[in-house]
Amino acid sequence: MFKNAIHGFSTAWKGLSLTIRHLFASNAKRKITPISNDNYFKSLEGTNTIQYPKQQLPVPEVGRYQLEVEIDDCIVCDLCAKICPVDCIDIESIKATEAFGQTSDGSPKRIYAAKFDIDMAKCMYCGLCTIVCPTECIIMTNQYDRTVFELKDLTYGFSDMTPEDAAEKRALLDKQVAERQAAKLAAMNKKEGEA
Amino acid sequence: MNFYIKYLIVAIGLFAFSGFFALFGVYAERKVSAFIQDRLGPTETGKFGLLQTIADVIKLLIKESIIPAAADKLLFMLSPAIIFIAVYMGFAAIPWAPGIAPSNLNLGLYYIFAILSIETLGILMAGWGSNNKYSILGAMRSAAQIVSYEIPAGFAIIAVVMIAQTMNLQTIAAQQGIMSSEKASFLGIWNVSQYGGILAWNIFRAPHLIIAFVIYFIASLAESNRAPFDIPEAESELVAGFHTEFTGMRFAFVFLAEYSMMFLVSMVAVILFLGAWNTPLPNIGSVRLADWTTGAAWGIFWTALKVLALVGVQMWIRWTLPRLRVDQLMNLCWKVLTPLAFVCMLISGIWRLWVM
Repeated sequence: MFKNAIHGFSTAWKGLSLTIRHLFASNAKRKITPISNDNYFKSLEGTNTIQYPKQQLPVPEVGRYQLEVEIDDCIVCDLCAKICPVDCIDIESIKATEAFGQTSDGSPKRIYAAKFDIDMAKCMYCGLCTIVCPTECIIMTNQYDRTVFELKDLTYGFSDMTPEDAAEKRALLDKQVAERQAAKLAAMNKKEGEA
Repeated sequence: MNFYIKYLIVAIGLFAFSGFFALFGVYAERKVSAFIQDRLGPTETGKFGLLQTIADVIKLLIKESIIPAAADKLLFMLSPAIIFIAVYMGFAAIPWAPGIAPSNLNLGLYYIFAILSIETLGILMAGWGSNNKYSILGAMRSAAQIVSYEIPAGFAIIAVVMIAQTMNLQTIAAQQGIMSSEKASFLGIWNVSQYGGILAWNIFRAPHLIIAFVIYFIASLAESNRAPFDIPEAESELVAGFHTEFTGMRFAFVFLAEYSMMFLVSMVAVILFLGAWNTPLPNIGSVRLADWTTGAAWGIFWTALKVLALVGVQMWIRWTLPRLRVDQLMNLCWKVLTPLAFVCMLISGIWRLWVM
């Protein structure tokens, strides 16, 4: 019993001396060092707290956090929306009547993106969309901090088309489709007439 | 009439003090725990986060007081008041300085020990009244723990009472310094009545009282439900134990009681073992340190200093030691502390008869 009691007291004292060392150790605020620093994994002196909005851990420039779309390079192939495991990408496409431009890697653009929304509240940062993108226009950036007051502000819109533009392109497409339909009908009628 | 006004003022003063101490204590506890764990603690509200607990209190005051539908409403509503009043009434008999005590009872120690036991009743009422299995488990653990630990604490106190031959706290306090009317001897051999200071404290007048002090201190941790004996409110098992269902003001009262209890048990320990309001500085020849640092104001200062030091040790222990299991708790109480307390009591008798 005495052995137990002595053991209890000595181990309790061990713990107590450890905590009192920490209590009276340096309470200096933490200095923020990037992971590239040689001393990054050294045991800390002073306190461990990062006072977040005032202090921020530097993240690598190639960090893979929030998504960003370079809409001028987008050919609106819809691959990203199809692969997305959580369906956070919402694209509305309008076919153009003809190729209307080129991306920076030379692919012809034939579809307008009337809507290109990414819901960051749903995004799980898997990065699959960046892998399938044929023109590499959807990328991940090193931005991770976005606080909003309205949930809908977390839906990022990347389309640069105004609703009027979209309506005009839609009308053009409808017209072209109607013309082609009429031409097709006429051709069929003619074929029937010959037969 | 003046008589009643005076006592009313004293009562309000003590209440204000316990409220102020709870504010300060919670802040200190958060800072101590933070520094022990290499964190910063509250920093945002006020300079160094000093206003944090005041903000917390305002939050608690304006929160809705919810009474669970299935609760026993009377018990539920009464229990926080009983828990707090039991502790608060204990302050009545505590001496702060020579001649300054809210009530100079000749059975003061007995009274404090009795009134503190009422807290168990309040805790049981809270647990039962909540009508919640976690709360009743916490309350039953608390009752078992407090009833068990009152035995070693009681015998440790009896060891002191046998040395002091009185239950009047003011007399016990006066015996441990230069204001003693009887002979005080260091370790029972060296007459230090003229020197006073730390040499005349009870733990040095009779060295076995050091063990009694440790026993009492451990038992007092258990009685105030503090870690490592906090199984009644074990967060990881019982949500918050007996005060799970309490919100707003009622929760604040439970919290106030806990911190007042910390202060009260430390104060009893200081009075019984660590020289009460007596100065730790002895007279050395013509340097009359003990004479210079004894008086009403000095008494309050020394009491507060010693008690706050003990409260600091309580916090230090809380943030170091892990919680004991129920069987370990009872093991410690019945197989280690109680026999040791009996031995202390026995030595006290021998000491009083043959040494003093």
